[in-house]
Amino acid sequence: MQKFISLKSIPTYLPIVNIDTDMIIPKQFLKTIKRTGLGKNLFFELRYDEKGKEISDFILNKKPFCNSNILITGKNFGCGSSREHAPWALLDFGITCIISSSYADIFYNNCFKNGILPIVLNEDKIKEISEYSNRKEEISVNLADQKIIYGNNEISFEIDPFKKKCLLEGLDDIALSLEKSDKIKSFENKVKNQRPWIFND
Amino acid sequence: MPHTLYDKIWNDHLVHEQDDGTALLFVDRHLIHEVTSPQAFEGLRSSNRKVRQPSLTLAVADHNVPTTDRSKGISDQESKIQVETLEANCKEFGIKLFGMNDKRQGIVHVTGPEQGFTQPGTVIVCGDSHTATHGAFGSLAFGIGTSEVEHVLATQTLVQKKAKNFRINVNGKLPLGVTSKDVILQIIGKIGTAGGTGCVIEYAGDLIRSLSVEQRMTICNMTIEGGARAGLIEPDEKIFNYLKGRPMSPKGETWDKAVEVWSNLNSDNGSHFDKEVSLTAEEIIPMVTWGTSPQDVITIEGKVPNPNTEKDLDKKSSIERSLKYMGLKPDTLAKDIKIDKVFIGSCTNGRIEDLREAAKILKNKKKASHVHAMVVPGSGLVKQQAEQEGLDKIFIKSGFEWREPGCSMCLAMNADKLKPEERCASTSNRNFEGRQGRGGRTHLVSPGMAAAAAIAGNLDDVRKYQN
Repeated sequence: MQKFISLKSIPTYLPIVNIDTDMIIPKQFLKTIKRTGLGKNLFFELRYDEKGKEISDFILNKKPFCNSNILITGKNFGCGSSREHAPWALLDFGITCIISSSYADIFYNNCFKNGILPIVLNEDKIKEISEYSNRKEEISVNLADQKIIYGNNEISFEIDPFKKKCLLEGLDDIALSLEKSDKIKSFENKVKNQRPWIFND
Repeated sequence: MPHTLYDKIWNDHLVHEQDDGTALLFVDRHLIHEVTSPQAFEGLRSSNRKVRQPSLTLAVADHNVPTTDRSKGISDQESKIQVETLEANCKEFGIKLFGMNDKRQGIVHVTGPEQGFTQPGTVIVCGDSHTATHGAFGSLAFGIGTSEVEHVLATQTLVQKKAKNFRINVNGKLPLGVTSKDVILQIIGKIGTAGGTGCVIEYAGDLIRSLSVEQRMTICNMTIEGGARAGLIEPDEKIFNYLKGRPMSPKGETWDKAVEVWSNLNSDNGSHFDKEVSLTAEEIIPMVTWGTSPQDVITIEGKVPNPNTEKDLDKKSSIERSLKYMGLKPDTLAKDIKIDKVFIGSCTNGRIEDLREAAKILKNKKKASHVHAMVVPGSGLVKQQAEQEGLDKIFIKSGFEWREPGCSMCLAMNADKLKPEERCASTSNRNFEGRQGRGGRTHLVSPGMAAAAAIAGNLDDVRKYQN
């Protein structure tokens, strides 16, 4: 997994609440068997008309936002389907940091598996930072310090320490879990003993 | 200290816990399908990893499969590749698969319980958010992403943090024509689509206990639409009777021992819930959604909201956006909403009791001439059972299409989809923009309500049609 350390970008502000993963990446693009190449279809129905032509006034179709690495958006972002294609599409487009007042649980977890940092801020701060999108000015995000710097201001954000470590170091959590193979093995033996019906073999 | 059912299942599955509360949780049951698994297998191959416990994973193709004649295979090339990739991966890693032409094939959340793969007290995961369905059996069941699918395949565990406990009590008796779908829509309307975020919901109360196993599944299924990853219900005799004799259920002495263990799966008196909400069953009326979020519910006697009466600006713009997408004017009566299509099926309402409920309303009646209506059974076994009961004939006689099992128009990944601006009364679980096809307009309803809408040609009150 790619690391997330810090980032500087003009943010894109998409003030829609309850953006679901169907909206982030519609089902016709879930037929892929790869993780890459989904960026061009990110927010497909907002970005393209029925003939497949770019909708020119949609923010991500405009400069400089088409090169943005930060997405500021409405609450409950990523609700609905568990499809990891949603963070894959964001990542492939270039978005590696999201700022919202809340996220759906599955989407939130999926971000961390892909080197994307989802930041939670309160609504007032989001409105304040979104001004930098309107003014097309850069903001900075620093994960080690847990800070967003905008203009002469800065704000701290909270993040789970273990998730932070995984992002900063780009850790493979399967490898980490496999280090506990002995514990898993003894747990499996306990299950075979106490709940023998689990292993149906 | 008293523990909730969720606490107990959590504690029973802890392989390891870090000081910060990050836990490694053992996974008893893993379901996979063709859409969210290929990249996970690819990850295993590229890291030279094996599937740790192949017998604890069960595979079925459901999202992409055609619901029309399957004898010629899948015509869509990408769908075909995905289904074939699942077959190849299962063969390579030794995982049991119900292929497209197996009569046990069906929607993963219908197949799991049907086979007895789903069991009380287990941790069940699947790369699909409607995994919450299995919580009806008193299991901790939740949807995961593809990276987590890979993690489960490689380690038979998941890295998790404990969620909060949220109890929803429903007491009383449901009025005639009101179903568990109406209960869960009412709940989502009440708590909102983010109401359960960070929580596991336990459904309790005498109404919940009175529900059949399949009705409970409908409620747990849509837990994710209320923002919670998992919803569960204390298992009881109904659950044990349902599971007894299923192909993957425990047998003989092991069965007796399992039931003994399962009988202790409950929330202790006095256990702590971080959140609690209560509803009275008698007050629940048949529900419909009007907008593009499952929380946008009104009763069939109600009307579409008017954004001008909403003071919160975010909510106001959200209502305006939804109304525009749905092609509805403020204050329209629910019963005045004309529909083009009816879809009966999905992991929410594609089981035999759902089909019986719809068939009961449709018996000796015809669908409105302008309506295109289809039934997609949740599995091959549901289809077979329905045909034995003659339900297929009732549907066909009233003008419905009788299809092969799969996810179908719930998410419109296969050929079954709405055209732009087409309006559908659907027994599925999501009314998001574009969910059933670009520009398509979805109204979520119960199977009985879908049948009533098919007959009337507009959303209508199922209570009028009780035979």
